[in-house]
Amino acid sequence: MEMQKLYLLVPLAPLAGAIIAGLFCRVIPRWLAHTVTIAGVAASFIASVIIFNDVQAGNTYNGSVYTWMTSGDYKFEVGFLIDSLTTTMMLVVTFVSLMVHIYTIGYMQEDPGYNRFFSYISLFTFSMLMLVMANNFMQLFFGWEAVGLVSYLLIGFWYTRPTAIFANMKAFLVNRVGDFGFILGIGLVLAHFGTLDYATVFAKAKDFSDVTINIWGSAEWSLMTVTCICLFIGAMGKSAQVPLHVWLPDSMEGPTPISALIHAATMVTAGIFMVARTSPLFELSTTALSFVIIIGAITALFMGFLGIIQNDIKRVVAYSTLSQLGYMTVALGASAYSVAIFHLMTHAFFKALLFLAAGSVIIGMHHEQDIRKMGGLRKYMPITWITSLIGSLALIGTPFLSGFYSKDSIIEAVSFSHIPGAGFAYFAVIAGVFVTAFYSFRMYFLVFHGEERFGKGHDEHHGDHHGDHDDEETSHDHHHGLAPGQKPHETPWVVWLPLVLLAIPSLAVGFFAIGPMVFGDYFKGVIYIDHVAHPAMAHFAEHFHGAMAMGIHSLTTLPFFLALSGVALSWFFYMKRPDIPAAIQRRFSAINTLFENKYYFDKINEIVFAGGARLLGKTLWRAGDVATIDGVMVNGSAKLVGLIASVTKVFQTGYVYHYAFTMIIGLVAMISWFVLRALPLNAY
Amino acid sequence: MSNYPLISLAIWTPILAGLVVLATGTDRNAPLARMLALAGAILGLLVTIPLWTGFDVAQGGMQFVELKTWIPRFNINYHLGVDGISMLFVLLNSFITIIVVLAGWEVIQQKVAQYNAAFLIMSGLMNGIFTSLDGILFYVFFEASLIPMYLIIGVWGGPNRVYAAFKFFLYTLFGSLLFLLALMYLFIQSGGSFSILEWHKLPIALGAQIWIFLAFLIAFAVKVPMWPVHTWLPDAHVEAPTGGSIVLAAIALKLGAYGFLRFSLPIVPDASHELSGLVIALSLIAVVYIGFVALVQTDMKKLVAYSSIAHMGFVTLGFFMFSAMGIEGALIQMLSHGFVSGAMFFCIGVMYDRVHSRQIADYGGVVNTMPKFAALFMLFSMANAGLPATSGFVGEFMVILAAVKFNFWVAFAAATSLIVGAAYTLWMYKRVIFGDVANHHVAELSDINNREFLILGVLAVCTLWMGLYPQPFTEVMHASVNDLLRHVATSKIQ
Repeated sequence: MEMQKLYLLVPLAPLAGAIIAGLFCRVIPRWLAHTVTIAGVAASFIASVIIFNDVQAGNTYNGSVYTWMTSGDYKFEVGFLIDSLTTTMMLVVTFVSLMVHIYTIGYMQEDPGYNRFFSYISLFTFSMLMLVMANNFMQLFFGWEAVGLVSYLLIGFWYTRPTAIFANMKAFLVNRVGDFGFILGIGLVLAHFGTLDYATVFAKAKDFSDVTINIWGSAEWSLMTVTCICLFIGAMGKSAQVPLHVWLPDSMEGPTPISALIHAATMVTAGIFMVARTSPLFELSTTALSFVIIIGAITALFMGFLGIIQNDIKRVVAYSTLSQLGYMTVALGASAYSVAIFHLMTHAFFKALLFLAAGSVIIGMHHEQDIRKMGGLRKYMPITWITSLIGSLALIGTPFLSGFYSKDSIIEAVSFSHIPGAGFAYFAVIAGVFVTAFYSFRMYFLVFHGEERFGKGHDEHHGDHHGDHDDEETSHDHHHGLAPGQKPHETPWVVWLPLVLLAIPSLAVGFFAIGPMVFGDYFKGVIYIDHVAHPAMAHFAEHFHGAMAMGIHSLTTLPFFLALSGVALSWFFYMKRPDIPAAIQRRFSAINTLFENKYYFDKINEIVFAGGARLLGKTLWRAGDVATIDGVMVNGSAKLVGLIASVTKVFQTGYVYHYAFTMIIGLVAMISWFVLRALPLNAY
Repeated sequence: MSNYPLISLAIWTPILAGLVVLATGTDRNAPLARMLALAGAILGLLVTIPLWTGFDVAQGGMQFVELKTWIPRFNINYHLGVDGISMLFVLLNSFITIIVVLAGWEVIQQKVAQYNAAFLIMSGLMNGIFTSLDGILFYVFFEASLIPMYLIIGVWGGPNRVYAAFKFFLYTLFGSLLFLLALMYLFIQSGGSFSILEWHKLPIALGAQIWIFLAFLIAFAVKVPMWPVHTWLPDAHVEAPTGGSIVLAAIALKLGAYGFLRFSLPIVPDASHELSGLVIALSLIAVVYIGFVALVQTDMKKLVAYSSIAHMGFVTLGFFMFSAMGIEGALIQMLSHGFVSGAMFFCIGVMYDRVHSRQIADYGGVVNTMPKFAALFMLFSMANAGLPATSGFVGEFMVILAAVKFNFWVAFAAATSLIVGAAYTLWMYKRVIFGDVANHHVAELSDINNREFLILGVLAVCTLWMGLYPQPFTEVMHASVNDLLRHVATSKIQ
């Protein structure tokens, strides 16, 4: 009983903070807004830790909070499923959220929307917790869309910037494309299982492995394949998989703390979480898993390439996030669900760290985001420098750091997978190691080492605006970047403390967690794998001999050398011979153009989908409504209207309404007369 | 409790209040007229509350029944009652009446008494439509309710009001005449009864059922409105004053949809099954086609009017899949649309009152000068786009889920509204609300006052309540919807 109250506290504490800070954002002082929201999230984090320990002691929970609705034979409930997967997500979400809340005090201190910002990020925390704690698909969808809403609000936080309000609408609509598939998947689950409750659906799942449905013509489709692909389309939207990835780079228009919280650590991993949660369904369809692994592999490799040519510090990290989400998706496709969640967790720490560090650099550089105008920052921002280095090393998979264990596990798991597409995926994740190391350290070297390229006057800057962040609405100084002679400075403690606290798990969590989480019983009874059809994890487990052995062994493997050469090459290119990358860019200008246009996804979407929809709408309206229906069909009646009008005019001497009210009064009198007459009025 | 003629009170309280308001006469007494109208509207809602609190959810049949002879010669009765399908609409209607009286509080300065009286009388007549169990009584209310709406558009409307009012009137009248013919036929077939409940039991041959169904379809399709007889609605909305748009969207559109459930499905069930494909096709056209048309509108009111048609497409789709979740989802969609579209039209009215333009291009950056308004408008826009936790989600979700079970491709087409609905709503919101202050009109805007805040706040509470806890709403429908479905599943061909 006590624990159930605690479960409720976890999402409701941040919600309460969000409501207080949001409804009264114009009247309460800033310290109160951040105090209530931080208190809410802190309470939520502490409760999550207690619940985590309780679940480790064996006390899982699956129960309803209230019945949302009943209809026909169906019952929809709001409830919690508390198990090891849930508690993992709860800890990640509340911890990163708490860090981001603290960081925000420093990052947003000059912003007039300070209270509103705190309200949004607490609301986000609530929504994300509802998503991960759900015990049914309906509530999952609620959380799913609610995080989408808050993401929309936060990307467009600086609502006067044209790019921001374009990006937030784009993000919402692209996510809606995913949700379109997702809701059909949920509908298929309900139609065939008769419930949306996870436990019941998963228990019955095996009975449906051979069920086929007739969708088109006479072809019979496996129900599970159709359902899982529909659900996964939802994941593709939320977790930004190709081709629904286009919103994530643009989402960098939002303030940096939310890039860390929403667009790196938590919301974008909702799709990964959902697939892991529904593993009993995905395991029944190898076709769906193949689809998943191929999409993931494409995202992992091709989005990594784009990271190489970005010059905006946040966009480099954003493309890196896309690529890492691809890695997680590949793991899902290889039936290595626990590995995907493991990478989700380590990635949450080191990617939140990298984003917040990027934000710290941006503050230190007075809102300059172009890495070509930085350099040598390690002298001025030592804490940011060290923590960034840790984050980058973790990201590229340096042995013994947390990113190494999770990423290497993905590579290993894929190597043991034999589903269609696994071969390509293996190539993609291996090649991706080199690409990741190259772009990560390109950024690292350009920002923290080498020549100091800042403070060289403004002419240069303004000639080369990035266009995405030039009309900053905030009360920050309107000149971006440092004035000549001005030096960057380390940020205040509220900014660097979260960096330090995130650096610790980025270093260590992998080493300690890999044993129990990937190979132990941590996810027993939560994640289901059909070891006969998809034996990759079983084979991988045979080769695992402890975290230490894995780290030492890796020093002789291909991924390690690829990562090393990626770092070395970026050092050589950007520290020693900057003329070489420039020459390569000229030499292979076609590829460079392709990359700079991000494979033309945005252009195609803008022309084909957005333009097509507007054209279709105009055509239907002009040709259908205006010309055909009104023009042809109603025109005849309209002439009749004219005729009637001319006739009625003759009889109409007073006001129209006088006339009509007389009619109503007459009607009332008539009805009253008949009613009264019908009544047995004995009095008379 | 049920000894009192509660339904009669629900009908006649607002009508009498309307007559009292009318008696205040000229605009010299405008403040008094407003106060009386508000009191009448509140009283009108209060008398309907016992209908919900005293409602027996376990019972599928009619409750609070009143039966008096009206015209004995033709066996026409003053026969009233509510079931789980109609009861909530009586409350919604009475509630919306308060909203419209408040909505016109400051804006309407001409013929104040007549304006408020028209709304009150219309409110009573609409309650009559939702509760009539006699065919002729229904018809009388159905037709009579056209008159106040016609006047509201024609007298207090925009520059092109006369055209719009006539278009509205003739479109609807055209449908009603066929409806009257169908009533006559049923009267003769049933051996001289106008009782709707009797007609529910009347055996009819399939050929005749088809004709009756088509007559009903035309009458109700115009009201809903369904594609392709929808073009009166955008014009009517554009010309109507804010209050008129609110009632039109929130209540008047529901009358046609209600007619399908009270007449088409139970009286001609075989024809309903036979022609369900047609209705579903028209509904999907409404959802998809109209969605795209809404996308390119430049007038905010037209945009929301088209979005209303698309949302009503979900309602007719839900009805004709003949499943409990489909019908209940459609009913929820109707209630939700009452709150959400009412609020959307009010929001547009708030801006129109200040700038006197409905063109999207005349706005931009409203959030800078009207932050409170922008926040509330965001909520209703999201509800319009069907975001979970708002009422707009519940009905769409239920209908889409019911559709997946019915036919995957029907669901596929309906679910596109997730994308298109969000696209037209958010694109409008972006262009109107976000961005830098676009012009001096926007720069001079003042944020919503207490009255406007009250209206939007109450509607916001309703929208969120229905989104977070729809159970109280669906609960009252179950028994009646199940009765209806059992009835519709039984053939009437002998």
